[in-house]
Amino acid sequence: MVLFSRLPSVSRSALGPAAAVFLAFAALMPAQAAEGIATFADRSRIVAIGGSITEIVYALGEQHRLVARDSTSRYPQAAAELPDVGYMRQLSPEGVLSVNPSGILALHGSGPKEAVDVLKKSRIPFIEVPERYDNQGILEKIHIVGKALGVDAKADALAAEIDAKLKAAEKQTASIKERKRILFVLSMQGGKLLAAGSDTAADGIIKLAGGINAIDGFAGYKQLSDEAVITARPDVILMMNNAGPATADDELFSNPVVASTPAARKLIRMDGGYLLGFGPRTADAIHDLAVSLYGGQVTD
Amino acid sequence: MADQSIADAAGIMATAAEGDRSRRARLVIVLLCVGLAIAVLLSLTSGASDASAIGVMHDWLFGALPGDAALSARDHVIIHDIRLPRVILGVLVGASLAVSGAVMQGLFRNPLADPGLIGVSAGSSLGAVAVIVLGSTMLAPLTSALGTLALPLAAFCGGLATTLLLYQVATRQGRTSVATMLLAGIALAALAMALTGILIFMADDRQLRDLTFWQLGSLGGATWQKIGSVGPIIVLALAAMPFLARGLNALALGEATAGHLGIPVQRLKYTAIVGVSAAVGASVAVSGGIGFVGIVVPHLLRLLIGPDNRYLLPASALLGAALLLLADAVARTIVAPAELPIGIVTAVAGAPFFLWILLRKRGVIDL
Repeated sequence: MVLFSRLPSVSRSALGPAAAVFLAFAALMPAQAAEGIATFADRSRIVAIGGSITEIVYALGEQHRLVARDSTSRYPQAAAELPDVGYMRQLSPEGVLSVNPSGILALHGSGPKEAVDVLKKSRIPFIEVPERYDNQGILEKIHIVGKALGVDAKADALAAEIDAKLKAAEKQTASIKERKRILFVLSMQGGKLLAAGSDTAADGIIKLAGGINAIDGFAGYKQLSDEAVITARPDVILMMNNAGPATADDELFSNPVVASTPAARKLIRMDGGYLLGFGPRTADAIHDLAVSLYGGQVTD
Repeated sequence: MADQSIADAAGIMATAAEGDRSRRARLVIVLLCVGLAIAVLLSLTSGASDASAIGVMHDWLFGALPGDAALSARDHVIIHDIRLPRVILGVLVGASLAVSGAVMQGLFRNPLADPGLIGVSAGSSLGAVAVIVLGSTMLAPLTSALGTLALPLAAFCGGLATTLLLYQVATRQGRTSVATMLLAGIALAALAMALTGILIFMADDRQLRDLTFWQLGSLGGATWQKIGSVGPIIVLALAAMPFLARGLNALALGEATAGHLGIPVQRLKYTAIVGVSAAVGASVAVSGGIGFVGIVVPHLLRLLIGPDNRYLLPASALLGAALLLLADAVARTIVAPAELPIGIVTAVAGAPFFLWILLRKRGVIDL
């Protein structure tokens, strides 16, 4: 009561507390933790965060080191048996610490920052792996994970193998003249399509499979207007398997706007983690997508 | 003559009932203190890991327990940097949401009132969503200067600014019209939600997931920094609330009557609105949207100890804090090592309970 004992005008009363609050916040800026390790000293108990990271650990044959994974790590089947520390962007620091990890391997974007700060403070080595949606990005991930686990030689071999597969996969579509325009639909809500623009994993995989992303006007995932669907002129629509029930196919094609595009009844569905993971299986995903798109035109 | 004695008798009976109730209220408050202490201990000792809270606390106070010398650095981090800040934040947020609910219900003389009515929730959401979506572009200087505190700061300022604007709109010639405030509050909240909608439209898929989780609420982001920054605001606002109790009691008779009883009604409104806005803004800023605490807790207590705000406000603080701690303990152990957003726990437990209270009150069910 004493605090607000008079009836000051709002402009004055708002400024005072606001300034005080700002100072209070500014005085408590977070201390940035230093990092720069590349190899875990103790490689016996690793937590893998990010589907592609877990896949790479398995591909390297180092899965015996894993003690937990995040909820996006669903492949291979055996990984699903590991304790799940939650969604990679919403980690619980105590949950991660409860599995007594000796190191944490996390895909870029893992968080929240508060959780990562606490994990770093607990002196458990934390290695962040960058993500890029192209071939080099996959190889880079493999090298970083391999180095972190102290198996550089294995990583080099795996990277070389994957690199060859990726190059071969890309070559398969090199001779195709007529490129198909592909509309990646993340989900449908009330008949509206949520589509992938540039700077997305979907955009990356479409390009690698020799297609053209039908959307080039925006970055990220956005809802399309009916007219934008028509302007995009997609030849094919690409969706994830887990994006809604199978009956959604009929809903998609009963949409008069979709029906008016060249993609009228052409839908490709693929597993989300396989299609968009940018990990060891991406070369196969590129091949599968290319075959679905171009059929016999794909050269082996 | 006869009338006089009847009035006397009624007066005596009223006083007796009053005495009865206040004794009961005091008892309930003592019990709630004990309950809160138990909830704090339970929260400190439970979690996804097997870290020993007792061992760590003994280590701080009297040195390591014999045979516990190998208490790992991990356990210290878990207790000191994860559980303890979380418990403190839970107490602060739970108390401020419950007391704010009680104060709003007194101010609007409506048992369904909550801080959302004065725009604070919508304003805070707007601030938070702005930082989540624009944090790496337009607001980059803010986020790089403040780090993880940018979001709570923006949420707090958004809530407070919306409320003060609303107060300004509803106040003419030194008098605030509660009716205007309700209506203007709806308009302002709609505007803030529309702006939030624009930001959501601009967000990419990662940001969308971040904001969904933020809206579900969590005490998971508790750090000592956040306690240091919002703690004083919440404590100050909570400390001001008990002074409102008498005024709110009088206000239950109507604004004019309260004025005749010598209550400075306008000052009461201003203090209540600014206090609630600060407390809720700060709470939402650090924990996101945690529903139902502000409505269920005061309701439950009114059934137990009656509507006297002198007891209702402190009891709400205690029960709100204890319930939020218990909800948080459930949230972080039920799917361990992952974690459930606490807003889900409070709504899943709170919504059916609230429904039960309503139906019971209306005589629909007798349970």
